[in-house]
Amino acid sequence: MIVLENIRKIYGSGTEQVEALKSITLNVKKGEIYGVVGFSGAGKSSLIRCVNLLEKPASGKVLINGVDIQALKPSELRQQRKKIGMIFQQFNLLSSKTVFGNVAMPLMLDRRPGEEIKKKVHELLTFVGLEDKAGHYPEQLSGGQKQRVGIARALATNPSILLCDEATSALDPETTSSVLALLKKIRADYGITILMITHEMNVIRDICDRVAVLDDGRIVEEESVLNLFSNPKTDIAKNFVRTVLNDEIPVSIQSLINEQNQFHRIYRIVFKGEATSQPLLSTIAKKFRVDVNVLHGTITELQGVPFGNLVVDFTGTAEEVERAIFYIHQQQVWIKEVLPNAV
Amino acid sequence: MPFDWTAFWPQLAEAAKQTTSMVSFSLLFSALLGIPIGVILVVTRDGHILANRFVFTVLNSIINILRSIPFIILLVAIIPFTRLVVGTSIGTAAAIVPLVAYAAPYIGRLIENSLLEVDKGVIEAAQAMGATPWQIIWRFLIPEALSSLVLALTIATIGLIGASAMAGAVGGGGLGDLAITYGYQQFKTEIMLVTVALLVLFVQVLQTFGNILSKKIRRR
Repeated sequence: MIVLENIRKIYGSGTEQVEALKSITLNVKKGEIYGVVGFSGAGKSSLIRCVNLLEKPASGKVLINGVDIQALKPSELRQQRKKIGMIFQQFNLLSSKTVFGNVAMPLMLDRRPGEEIKKKVHELLTFVGLEDKAGHYPEQLSGGQKQRVGIARALATNPSILLCDEATSALDPETTSSVLALLKKIRADYGITILMITHEMNVIRDICDRVAVLDDGRIVEEESVLNLFSNPKTDIAKNFVRTVLNDEIPVSIQSLINEQNQFHRIYRIVFKGEATSQPLLSTIAKKFRVDVNVLHGTITELQGVPFGNLVVDFTGTAEEVERAIFYIHQQQVWIKEVLPNAV
Repeated sequence: MPFDWTAFWPQLAEAAKQTTSMVSFSLLFSALLGIPIGVILVVTRDGHILANRFVFTVLNSIINILRSIPFIILLVAIIPFTRLVVGTSIGTAAAIVPLVAYAAPYIGRLIENSLLEVDKGVIEAAQAMGATPWQIIWRFLIPEALSSLVLALTIATIGLIGASAMAGAVGGGGLGDLAITYGYQQFKTEIMLVTVALLVLFVQVLQTFGNILSKKIRRR
């Protein structure tokens, strides 16, 4: 659907040259919600702008539905862009036009007949839940409402791709959730492929299927969201995961870890999917002569799959604890002893 | 010798008419030239929709040169050209040519400034929508800047009223001419005061009207 091959983007020239994207290759499948996460300055906004050529890559290929869009003539590129909707962090609505006028704009540019425009805009505003705001001006709307107008506008030409440029970064958490829910609905109802860039890991967790971690113009890790959250490999990915799944051990528990001995051992247990539905810890407490105490942890849902990360204190004889650990291993649950001064 | 006011009023009315016609015609022509100049100065900038360094540099320099010539010199220097265009270098019609030469680059700059205020994100959204450069100018840039464009044109109009007074020097007539030839040169202070008061009134009315219109557009 969206294929980027060895995309490089360079700003400036001579000694001032900055390489914003260093050979980016990625492939977003049809109907997928694909997230690119990175800190500011990582090259996210250059990357998303290469997809509709708002930025021209220095080298590399951009294929949209198999079409090399860099080979298109300006007029063909404009037609192609109508098939790629885009929403922005700052919404970028026309302040001089009403909600209706904003959503109608892409259709007016296409010279569609007035009746058709009216019908389509009404349909879109109903879809985003703003049918009663058609006559309002953007300045009369809240941030979340503005982004809904932006979404309605982006969908006006029935695009097959939606690009989201930090679309929820200017919104409060509650509004973010409602906008994300709307994006999910768009994918479900229209089968649109969504590529989003963000620095908010909770956005990735809430709606993405796959995620790429961008750092200094390179994709350092690309995974399904579940895999990235359960097993981030690079430090930067770990840091991002930590922003929403806090697996750092609090100081109060750290002291317990330093005091652990052979009868009193602390483990980190990470489990996902099926494993969370088994009463693992209570089974262990019954099966073995071990006391189980959950010290710290989170259980969350990723792509509809439960995911847990717990720090557990096992108390018992060394032998019994070993047996319990062995049992846990057999349940396909990731477990590792937490050593003093380790995280 | 007491001043003959009865003969003065029709003279004042005639002068006001001349000023109005000089200002409105020169405003019309200079806006017709200046608005496209402003638009071109914006869209040919680096990184803009029709970026073209050559066009921008040339146009920018021409505007700067024209803008640096004092109006009183421009007025005289342009006489051969005026003769070519209107057939004479004296009278209200002849005054319009130097006024346009003066105001068009000025309006170009004012329009440029107004258009530069338009949020870059809006232009980006327009491009992402597949708008043509022409559509971006007409449907995005100008409507978004309209309220500020009205204020810019108000400033230009008031500038033209001032310049039209000097255009009296080439026999253009008008209120400024009246104030200078009767009031200033013949020491008839009353005439000068009345004429200047009328000019102040013109400016007040125009600025108020411009402000209201601009506000109305913004509020819409």
